[in-house]
Amino acid sequence: MATREIAGKTVQVNEEGFMTDPSLWTKEIAVELAQEEGISNLTPDHWKIIEYCRQTAAASGSAPTLRNITNNAGVSTKELFSLFPKGPAKKVARISGLKKPEGCV
Amino acid sequence: MADNNNNHRNIAFICSKGDLAMAYPALIMGWAALGNGHDVTLFFTFWGMDIINKARVDNLEITPVANTSMKMSMMGVPGNLGIPNVMGIIPGMTAFATKLMNDKMKKLEVPPVREYLQMLADAGAKLYACKMSVDMFGLTKDDFVDGVQDIVTAADFIDMTEGSQIIFV
Repeated sequence: MATREIAGKTVQVNEEGFMTDPSLWTKEIAVELAQEEGISNLTPDHWKIIEYCRQTAAASGSAPTLRNITNNAGVSTKELFSLFPKGPAKKVARISGLKKPEGCV
Repeated sequence: MADNNNNHRNIAFICSKGDLAMAYPALIMGWAALGNGHDVTLFFTFWGMDIINKARVDNLEITPVANTSMKMSMMGVPGNLGIPNVMGIIPGMTAFATKLMNDKMKKLEVPPVREYLQMLADAGAKLYACKMSVDMFGLTKDDFVDGVQDIVTAADFIDMTEGSQIIFV
């Protein structure tokens, strides 16, 4: 566990860089984390997915799996992998201020 | 910081078995690998050809015969009671076991095999059929589900997976 500053806010992150307290997350933090993940510009399509993840996690307590996202957030597998290339499972969760998804699918 | 590309891996799965239980491991692990940003190749050979065969993919089965791990507990019977092989050969038992497993998968929101293959292909996995198996079973590329890129020889597979981690299923 470490403390770091993201977009002007001081937050705790785990050893893989995931925020430990989702309630401290802001849209500005998302923008900065996205840049760290190589996504320089968050488009409305990105936000649609991020907001879906935030809502799901608020209700269920954990980040949705990729399959859950493609089933419910109005985005296809191809789109999801193109919006968050090279590892959407971790990237989406991290940018959304959540921990890694717990399911396998 | 946590950049998934720092530990990028190429992972190749050899799928050699066509029963329902052995179709899933490569699909599940391959999907997880793609989700974590790794490159995934699946090579289907021998009985594993059933997984990508359009005529077979929706009808993969599991049989209780000689399956020492399939116990009555799968049907909610407590304890370690097995399914006697002599019961397993009763007509309908394979269909029954298959339905049981498909239902359990569905309950866990695991997609059916055909859909899983499409997810993997859409996520960038490369799917190949084994040339020797294609010849042996008298198949052509038209027999395969969408997403299977090509029919390749064993030597091609070895070449294209240089430096990869190879998992035999």
